[in-house]
Order: sequence, then C-alpha cells, then structure tokens
Amino acid sequence: MSNGVVDVAVRPVVSKPAFGSLRWWLDHPNAVRTLSVAVFLALWEYFGLKVDPLFLAAPSKIVEAAIEVTRSGELLHAFLATFYPFAIGMAITIVGGILVGVAMAQWPLLEYILDPFINALYAIPRIALVPLIMLWAGLAVGGKVVILVSIAIFPVIINTFSGIRDVRGSMLEVGHAYGATKAQIFFKIVLPAAIPFVMTGIRLAVGMGIIGIIVGEFFTAQTGLGGMIVTYANVFATAKLFVPIIVIGVMGVVLTELVQSVERRLSRWRELERDRG
Amino acid sequence: MTAVATEGVPVRAAARRQSILEIDRVTKFYTSRDAGSAEPKRITALSSITASVGRGEFIALLGPSGCGKTTLLRIAAGLTGWDEGSIAIAGARVNGPRKDACMVFQHFGLLPWRTVLSNVVFPLELDGVPAQSRREQAMDLLKLVGLEKYTEHFPHELSGGMQQRVGIARALMRKPLLLFMDEPFGALDAQTRERLQEDFLKIWSTIGTTVLFVTHSIDEALVMSDRIFVFTPSPGRIKAIVESPLAGERIGGDPRAHPAYGPSRHELRGMLSGSEP
Repeated sequence: MSNGVVDVAVRPVVSKPAFGSLRWWLDHPNAVRTLSVAVFLALWEYFGLKVDPLFLAAPSKIVEAAIEVTRSGELLHAFLATFYPFAIGMAITIVGGILVGVAMAQWPLLEYILDPFINALYAIPRIALVPLIMLWAGLAVGGKVVILVSIAIFPVIINTFSGIRDVRGSMLEVGHAYGATKAQIFFKIVLPAAIPFVMTGIRLAVGMGIIGIIVGEFFTAQTGLGGMIVTYANVFATAKLFVPIIVIGVMGVVLTELVQSVERRLSRWRELERDRG
Repeated sequence: MTAVATEGVPVRAAARRQSILEIDRVTKFYTSRDAGSAEPKRITALSSITASVGRGEFIALLGPSGCGKTTLLRIAAGLTGWDEGSIAIAGARVNGPRKDACMVFQHFGLLPWRTVLSNVVFPLELDGVPAQSRREQAMDLLKLVGLEKYTEHFPHELSGGMQQRVGIARALMRKPLLLFMDEPFGALDAQTRERLQEDFLKIWSTIGTTVLFVTHSIDEALVMSDRIFVFTPSPGRIKAIVESPLAGERIGGDPRAHPAYGPSRHELRGMLSGSEP
C-alpha cells in the first residue's frame, strides 16, 4: 500500500508510452495475445490453402466443415456419445477415488493391502491396459467408462490419501482438546483440511479423464468425438477431422475452469495461509 | 509442597478457596534413545508434582523450556497420560479432555478454513447447541475480545494478536471451570503481548474462571497470576510456589510500577538460574 503511495510521489511524471513501442506492448498483454493468435490463424489460412488439403485444412475450411457436421446433427450425436460415458466415468472416479483414499488413510491395514496394486497400476502406462479392458468390458459405454476410470482415478485416490495423512497434528489436537468424537474429528477437521488436496486431485482427474475417454474411443473407433477423429482421419477428411479436436479442446478448457473455480473457492484459506508464509 | 518464603515474595498460608484442581505426586517418564547407547533411557519428565489450585485462582506455571510445565498442563487437560500419582478436577479423576476445561494454544490452533465466527462457535457446535444460540453467544464473546467487526474474516487475514483473541473467545464458549493456557502470548511481539495481557486480565476479572497459564516469562507470571509454580528441569519438578505480590495491582493498575515488582523479579530469576547445572 505505502509502496504505491511513495511510487506516485517520487516517480517523475512520464508520458504514456507511445503506441507500438515495446513499453506499450508490455503494458497491453491482451493485445499481444490477440495479435499473436490472429497472426497464427492468418499464416495457417495462407499456407493451409497452398498445401495439399489431405494434410492440412485452412481455418476457413474447418469452419465450413464445422457448420456441415453441426447441421447434419453428427457433431451433437458424437458429443453426447462421448459426454455420457465421460460424465458417468468422472462420477465414479470422484466418488470412488475419494472413498478409496479416505478408507486407505483411515485404516492402515487397507493401505498395506491396496498400495502394491495402486503403485503397480500407477507405474504402468494405463493406456497399455486398454486392449485388455476392452476385452473384458466391451466396446460400448461400459468399456469407455472403465478405461476412463482406470486412467483418471489415481490422482483422486492419491491426493485424498495424502491430504488426509497430511493434516497437521496440532489441528487434530484442537479437536481432542475440545472433546470432539472420532466422527466429529473426521468430518469437522480431517475432511475440511484435506479438501484442497482432493480438489487438486479432481482437477488432474478431469484432464486425464478427457484423455481416457478419447483413447477409449480411438480403440473402439465406433462412436463419439474420438471415433469421429479416427473415421475422418481414415478418409483423409482433414477439415472435418479438426472439428472434434477443437470441441475436445473447448470441453477440456471449460471443465478445467469449472473445477478450478470451485477449487479456488474451497481452498481460499490455503492461499491465505500460504501468502502469510 | 511447601511454599518458599522470600523477601518481596510473601507467602500467604491462609486457607485456599474451594479446591478445583488437585495434583498429587504426579510423575511422568518418557524413554529416549541416546545416539551412543542402544539401551533406551528412562527420563523423568515430571517428578512427584503435588499442588492444589483453588476455584477462581490464576496460576502461572513458570520455568525454562524442558522443565515439564507444558507436560503438566497437558496432563491436566487430559491430552496426555502420566505414570504415577493422581490428578483430579472438581473431585473427578482426569481421564481425557473435559468439556468444562478448555485450552488456549500457543499457536492459536484456529481452523484455517473457518471464519472467525465459525471458529468461535466450534466447541458448542461439537456439543450440538442450536446454531442461533451458539451464534449469539459467540457474538457476545467476540465483542468482549474486541473482534465483533471481524466475524467473517479468516484467521490468516488477522494479526497474531487478533488470532489469539479468537482463540480466547473460543475457549470461553463453554463457560469453562478451568482455562488452560499454553504460552498463549509466546508467539506475539512484546507490545501486542502486553496489550493482550492487560485485555485478558480484564476479561478474566469479569468471568472469574480458574486459569492455568504456562509461561517462561518471569514478567508475565508476576504481572498476571495469583500464584506462581516455579519449575526446574531434569527432572521436572516444582521448586517453589510463590504468591505474586502484584495480584492486587494487575487489573486497571500498573503492576510493573509496584515497588515489589523489581525485587520479586530478581527473586524469581534467582530461583530459575539456581536450577541450572
């Protein structure tokens, strides 16, 4: 605060940096970002129209393709085919991951029973298991859900577990000193203290879940946005191929932002704690 | 334990008020393993502590670190066990934390995800007191500690002194028989500390609860308490029980200006330094 005041008083009056000078650009980061993207799109458009459309589609062609697949209903159909198992899989991932993480943190015996499997599964790239999972769970919704959960559940389990294990002893002591029951200590101290960790786990899981669902669809290659990508890649319809990729990107950004805003609200106290050092 | 009579630190042998805390030959050991020897060594943390505290008394437990004063407080608070002897609050043997004996922690022990108000209502929330009623009581106490304007702040938005005011308000929520204070002002800077000492004494004079106050500050012990239990380390024991000659001055007056302040300080310092090997 006082810093700002001193600044104003001492700094000699400087005229506003001239438009186009380096200083001006540094003061307007959003202008730089917009321009950067615009130049990129322009170059893409220019070169996209020159090269063989088999390999690269210009943005204008992608827009045309997007309008076409939207009009035909194909895009919405594919999106729903992806989103439905994604939603089920994420629900299982979040609820199941928290339950397993909590149980492991509460009962050391369960931790010892489960952690070799969790470590082993975490170490194997889960994508390596996809063909096996398909063999067991099939190509339909069930298979996609299992693939997603197998990829996305680990950060939720691990973060919940370490969040609970990390609760400071001094915090638990407050509960004991005030005569809290075991259940009260768990629900009023342990769980709230672990929530920022859990939320971080969920945020990571969303990113992995999107990868999981698309990978699942690549292998099954029948339905959804992933299936759409494979289908159009096989027929070299490059412009149409970009449409589901962009939709997946937007879906990822929107969902991550959503989780992040919840995370920020629930973890505000931790930010404050950190700022105070 | 007999009281030690020294000049400037008079002893009143008069009968005490009704006893609330009876400590009878309490001894506690802990085992430690030296780097050199493989044999665990039994160390006496507290050696045959005997003391009695009357209802409404303000007792300071004074001594250097490692003398067992905090251990005794934690035993009385039911947070840790002991090996020999007995300890009783209001005639009942201590076997765990009691709801009517509340703790103020050195590092405040506030729950960082709860607002000030929500931290203060915590004990009554554990007791299942209806929300409206516990809120009203918390507001009264927050007014008493001067924080009625900060009810919706989070602990880490407050200074250390304000955080401890919240800690004190929380500890008073159950209208406790006994208040345990574990170096409550030890983490604060000198000025805040004196301010809180004064303010707390004012609060104490209106509620008149019994206080057990751990400190390693001779000044703090003298200025705040009725009687000082002087601890010496290895093994931790009470070397002397001393009446503070300033007890009449502490509320509204200036105890540090009292003629007995200097000599008493000197006396107590002599007792504490005499204990060093």
